Amino acid sequence: MNQIMQTAETGPSTDSAKAAGGEAYNFAYLDEQTKRMIRRALLKALAIPGYQVPFASREMPMPYGWGTGGVQVTAACLLPDDCLKVIDQGADDTTNAVSIRRFFQRTAGVQTTEVTGEATLIQTRHRIPETELVARQILVYQVPIPEPLRFLEPRETETRKMHALEEYGLMHVKLYEDISQHGHIATAYSYPVKVEGRYVMDPSPIPKFDNPKMHGSSAIQLFGAGREQRIYAIPPYTRVHSLDFDDYPFEPMRADQTCALCGAEDSYLDEVIMDDKGTRMFVCSDTDYCGGRLEAGHEGQQGDAT
Amino acid sequence: MYVAVKGGEKAIDNAHRWLAELRRGDQAVAELELDQIVEQLSLSVARVMAEGSLFDPRLAALAIKQARGDLIEAIFLVRAFRTTLPRFGGTSPVNTGAMICSRRISATFKDIPGGQILGPTFDYTHRLLDFDLAETGQVPAAEQGADDATAKPHVLGLIGREGLMQAEHATSNDDAIPDLTREPLTYPADRAVRLQALARGDEGFILGLGYSTQRGYARNHAFVGELRIGLVEVEMDIPELGFAITIGEIEITECETVNQFQGSKTEPAQFTRGYGLVFGQQERKSIAMALVDRALRWRELGEDYVGAPAQNEEFVLSHCDNIQATGFVEHIKLPHYVDFQSELELIRRIRAEAGIQADLENGHDMKGAAE
Repeated sequence: MNQIMQTAETGPSTDSAKAAGGEAYNFAYLDEQTKRMIRRALLKALAIPGYQVPFASREMPMPYGWGTGGVQVTAACLLPDDCLKVIDQGADDTTNAVSIRRFFQRTAGVQTTEVTGEATLIQTRHRIPETELVARQILVYQVPIPEPLRFLEPRETETRKMHALEEYGLMHVKLYEDISQHGHIATAYSYPVKVEGRYVMDPSPIPKFDNPKMHGSSAIQLFGAGREQRIYAIPPYTRVHSLDFDDYPFEPMRADQTCALCGAEDSYLDEVIMDDKGTRMFVCSDTDYCGGRLEAGHEGQQGDAT
Repeated sequence: MYVAVKGGEKAIDNAHRWLAELRRGDQAVAELELDQIVEQLSLSVARVMAEGSLFDPRLAALAIKQARGDLIEAIFLVRAFRTTLPRFGGTSPVNTGAMICSRRISATFKDIPGGQILGPTFDYTHRLLDFDLAETGQVPAAEQGADDATAKPHVLGLIGREGLMQAEHATSNDDAIPDLTREPLTYPADRAVRLQALARGDEGFILGLGYSTQRGYARNHAFVGELRIGLVEVEMDIPELGFAITIGEIEITECETVNQFQGSKTEPAQFTRGYGLVFGQQERKSIAMALVDRALRWRELGEDYVGAPAQNEEFVLSHCDNIQATGFVEHIKLPHYVDFQSELELIRRIRAEAGIQADLENGHDMKGAAE
């Protein structure tokens, strides 16, 4: 806060802007007032699992859609002795994961890791790590559209009412229509869940394969939607039920293959197109999980390829 | 043989260096200076300040230079900088009636107290490319009139004196005015919030919506009662002093429209108002903003909701911010292969169950891959 104030007191000239470009920003970029505002929203979110808490999202130095909500939640949670891991599509080395990790290295100077077990805070886009999370960890999800009912009802005024009245019939009708039309619920990611028997929640665009990991997790799960100005949360050991029907139970889904590198049979797989003849291979989406298995001596059909 | 895609870090560094090189362009050509942008691209600067919600021509010029002339990118840079600035408080309402006008016109009266001032406008230029501008040249100074000290009262105020103009509700407490950039947007939004959103909203989006009202999507019969551009003083209460002092002078454009009247059995008919206010010289934006403001007032004025986009507060306010819009539209270029993979699995399963041998004629063994 003090550093920010000093920069600003010189007035918004190009000189002060230049000075602010370096290390003149507060710890983890956001000023303490903003962090306090976000923490209040986080506490409320944890107190009402699955409920979307409006918060005064700030404009961040990366675009909306790149994870501004997650970045603000991470900034509000980070402490100097935290160890941060950032993944996008399960991988630490995807460009946006690199960019966000660098942002916090620069503005917070925290330790970073690619090893799931070493991290105290993990920011993720589109995946939950394969390695089970533990009580001392926080998982921060980047959320594009926090409202699970948005594509059924575009008006926020209406969807807030529907949540307040626990009026989720529309969602069940949609799932039913999917089954009658396709024989399956036609949602493969952002699969809606009911949290602690009350709020229907969008788990962010994780594949539905990851949904069961949210249930009863020992870790704190926080969701930040910057553009849409919403924060929500799943406290530890919370019931998270993926919506389904008795005769069409929820079914997590993955490619029916093993990882070509580490031979994993239980991980979520990326499909890689190898040539123009349709040859393809499957590899773990979670690069840390795959790397760990390789180190432990597991081997897939092409395990020597790395 | 498969090699995992690595090297994001290196790619980012190289991309940034390449970008910087392209931004500078041919080194043999003189580099743009901020003063040149401020002085010669002042309308771009105005737009970046308005939609960036930060009045600082030099910072806006820097953003334009850094963004290679991409104004939305420049607005983004200004917004991201603005976030880091502390909020000291609110200023007193600016007195646009005391504006030192460089331009002031009314479409409703031929002559108005204080006079019409055509000012520096493109309005009556013939849009012919001026090839002389391709060469640098000196511009003869425009003739200067004597200082004009005559009062220029608002035209709508003059109509109001007759009771023909619906009065606006005065806000008694300045602290009660919400700040869109510090509080989450909730619906229904009051007019102050709507006007804030429109003032920083995308010029193109507001223009399109304003235009739609003229073509019958919530038509509200607008006349430009007055459009004025000029300098106003910004005053702020300084607690240590106990009174307000002028902290600066800004250029703004204000547009007030006179719209179709309202009346009832108990109240005789009155004209209603649409309002637009923007940083810098931005006539197009301020007029369009006034049209949209008026369309959004349907509920308060007891008009019918005809389902027009410009009437729909949620639709307008959720989509007028170009930084939000550009972020979300462009983010679909980020990797989504995890989600796409889950869709692939699902569609293959559905098709397999339907007994469709996909792509067989192409020789693609889709089934083999799915199993």
